[in-house]
Amino acid sequence: MRDFSYLRADSIEAARNAAALPGAMLLAGGTTLIDLAKCGVAEPSTVIDISHIEGLNAVDVTADRAVIGALARMSHVADNPQVRNLFPAVSEALWQAASAQLRNMATVGGNLMQRTRCPYFRDPANFPACNKRAPGSGCSAIGGVTRGHAVLGVSEACIATYPGDLAVALVAFDAEVDLGERKLKVEDFFLAPGATAEQEHDIRPGEVITAIEIPGSAAARRSTYLKVRDRQSYEFAAASAAVGLELESDGRTVRDIRVALGGVATKPWRVRAVEDALRGKALDEAIVREASELAMEGAVDHGANHYKIALAPRVIARAILKLGETA
Amino acid sequence: MTSQIHTGQTIIDPPEDGHFRNGAGSNGLAPSPTTLSLHLTINGRDHALEIEPRVTLLDALRDRLHLTGTKKGCDQGQCGACTVHVDGERVLACLTLAAQVEGREITTIEGLAGEDGTLNAVQAAFLEHDAFQCGYCTPGQIMSAVACIREGHAGSDEEIREYMAGNLCRCGAYPNIVAAVRQAAQELRS
Repeated sequence: MRDFSYLRADSIEAARNAAALPGAMLLAGGTTLIDLAKCGVAEPSTVIDISHIEGLNAVDVTADRAVIGALARMSHVADNPQVRNLFPAVSEALWQAASAQLRNMATVGGNLMQRTRCPYFRDPANFPACNKRAPGSGCSAIGGVTRGHAVLGVSEACIATYPGDLAVALVAFDAEVDLGERKLKVEDFFLAPGATAEQEHDIRPGEVITAIEIPGSAAARRSTYLKVRDRQSYEFAAASAAVGLELESDGRTVRDIRVALGGVATKPWRVRAVEDALRGKALDEAIVREASELAMEGAVDHGANHYKIALAPRVIARAILKLGETA
Repeated sequence: MTSQIHTGQTIIDPPEDGHFRNGAGSNGLAPSPTTLSLHLTINGRDHALEIEPRVTLLDALRDRLHLTGTKKGCDQGQCGACTVHVDGERVLACLTLAAQVEGREITTIEGLAGEDGTLNAVQAAFLEHDAFQCGYCTPGQIMSAVACIREGHAGSDEEIREYMAGNLCRCGAYPNIVAAVRQAAQELRS
């Protein structure tokens, strides 16, 4: 790890000033930054420790809205009784992520800034070509081992999968990220690679995430996060789905439905085609399975990740049908 | 006054020209911009350290303070061998900067037994159930298990497996580890 200067910010304003400096990076939980610094991917000249700023870790939940401070730890938000009650998919996405130790360290604001686990991205010594690290250098993954790579939102510049879970639940329920001067939809905060794979977030120098806001809804209250992976625990998703469901008073017609995918796309992936196909329809297994296939519109595989195109719709359907069985 | 930056013990106003002067003279900071003076509280004792900012808590514990009970396995946040408690919660020392935990209470495996040497219930249960083979992952397993029980996440074997998933054992002693955690959880509840 290259050495750096260490500065501790005691206020958001100090963090913003420091974040605008060239070569400065913010340190919250450290689970991404220190890891990538060891890999030689992140080379900050100055690390700004924001983990000591007070008052940024509150979790404030009502039926209308959850406001989660950027420095709230993943484990604390996952275990918050009101989050579990009013936003179960958010709690489930959090506790199924990483390990207990990492969830105690990682903050929700830092989690939005988590980088891809693409093994080529993480290994600059052996794979110098990576458009995320060095724009214009090419993509080592294309033509390489692609089992974990994305099939949705990919470009010729990059096929790296967005690895997180929380943000998948957030985009399903129209959450917003608070950057102080502006707020934007979490869905818009994440950028698909296109020709500029190095730009992963709509965040500007000097901006600091201060909170995440999630609007309450009937669909958020009846929601789940289903994560399918190579082993049962402590693994990134092969495919995951955040799903929320509201039924009409007849108990079987879909009034509102939210669907977002993880593990298969270059960013947290809302699938409105599935939602539109099911709104107003009866919650019937054949209809749900057919609609879930619409999520794969435009999917492109690179060989070993072909299975994700078959897997993801089944994950969506299973999550919807599971929710339909709950009262 | 609202806009301040601490470097070690020092507070600096962010400068207008975009360069931090990290350690200029009058405030007792070490002259080198890449050395920090830190005080860490480990197992109830205060330790003074002069270290580079990039030094992790794991390397500070093992190489500077010679507390080698905390193990370095992967050094990448994947194996759990370096698990310690910060303010009572389990974290990975390999992904924690030593500078970041100044002012926090750090507990390592060396701080778990009583002063008279009486083992923690989890340590005793690991011995009783032979919950290890080579022993390298064991300090991390035990630190993780103590926190797992305290969190209330040791209610069933299934829950123990899920909430101990961050501690890998390459010898595959998992059934015995689960048995040890189950027994310690029952003892600590009663």
